[in-house]
Amino acid sequence: MEVTERTASEKADFKRELTQVVPHLRAFARGLCGRADMADDLVQEALLKAWAAQDRFQPGTSMRAWTFVILRNAYLTDMRRNRFRGEYDETVAERILTAPAGQEEPIHLSDMHRALLTLPAERREALLLVGAGGFSYEEAATICDCAVGTIKSRVGRARAALTSMLTDGDIPRRSADDATAHRAILEELDEVAAGNGISARG
Amino acid sequence: MSSPKTDKPGSVTGKAKDSQAQRSPDWANGLRQLYDSVVDEDLPDSFKDLLSQLDAKD
Repeated sequence: MEVTERTASEKADFKRELTQVVPHLRAFARGLCGRADMADDLVQEALLKAWAAQDRFQPGTSMRAWTFVILRNAYLTDMRRNRFRGEYDETVAERILTAPAGQEEPIHLSDMHRALLTLPAERREALLLVGAGGFSYEEAATICDCAVGTIKSRVGRARAALTSMLTDGDIPRRSADDATAHRAILEELDEVAAGNGISARG
Repeated sequence: MSSPKTDKPGSVTGKAKDSQAQRSPDWANGLRQLYDSVVDEDLPDSFKDLLSQLDAKD
């Protein structure tokens, strides 16, 4: 593999772009693993890995997409080591979303977050990337290293599940149920990880 | 039991629920809000420290 030495200005550019995507990495990580402190640990780990791998970053391409791949791989690795165990961040519980037009009951951010955490990991990340992060299906497919059709299918299933949970009020309550959900997620992760390489790609 | 006239999103029946999942659901904006609420947070000092330490690693 050819690695060219970066100039000081290129390094400065990398640092600046990396700094800019940190809030997005935190948001993605928070959606992936329920607790804010664990999410931030994950982001710090991803930042160190990204910095160490900066020669593999193609200037001009999306720093957010590139670092999301690194974050995602760090998450999958940590999940398989069982670092995240049914944890849920209670600090979001008090925030209330604005009620959508035509809907009587406002959806709470905490409900949204809990519902999200019950989804299988691969559907959750697909929905986070497309529905929250604003990535196109194509970009999300690249980040998850799978086919575009697979991403579309995962997003569709995730949306259907969330719609069912949020409109029917069928959301698991608090920690005990989240632990159950996370066990299911852990079981699915082996499958996810088996189909996806761990190396970060540009 | 069927109740054809209903305005409550929470009480849609099977068929309506399927079509509801197809279009952008009511909560879609909430997902973005959840994400943006974290993006808009002040960056904790630990990140500022880490970022400032990166240069020293070269």
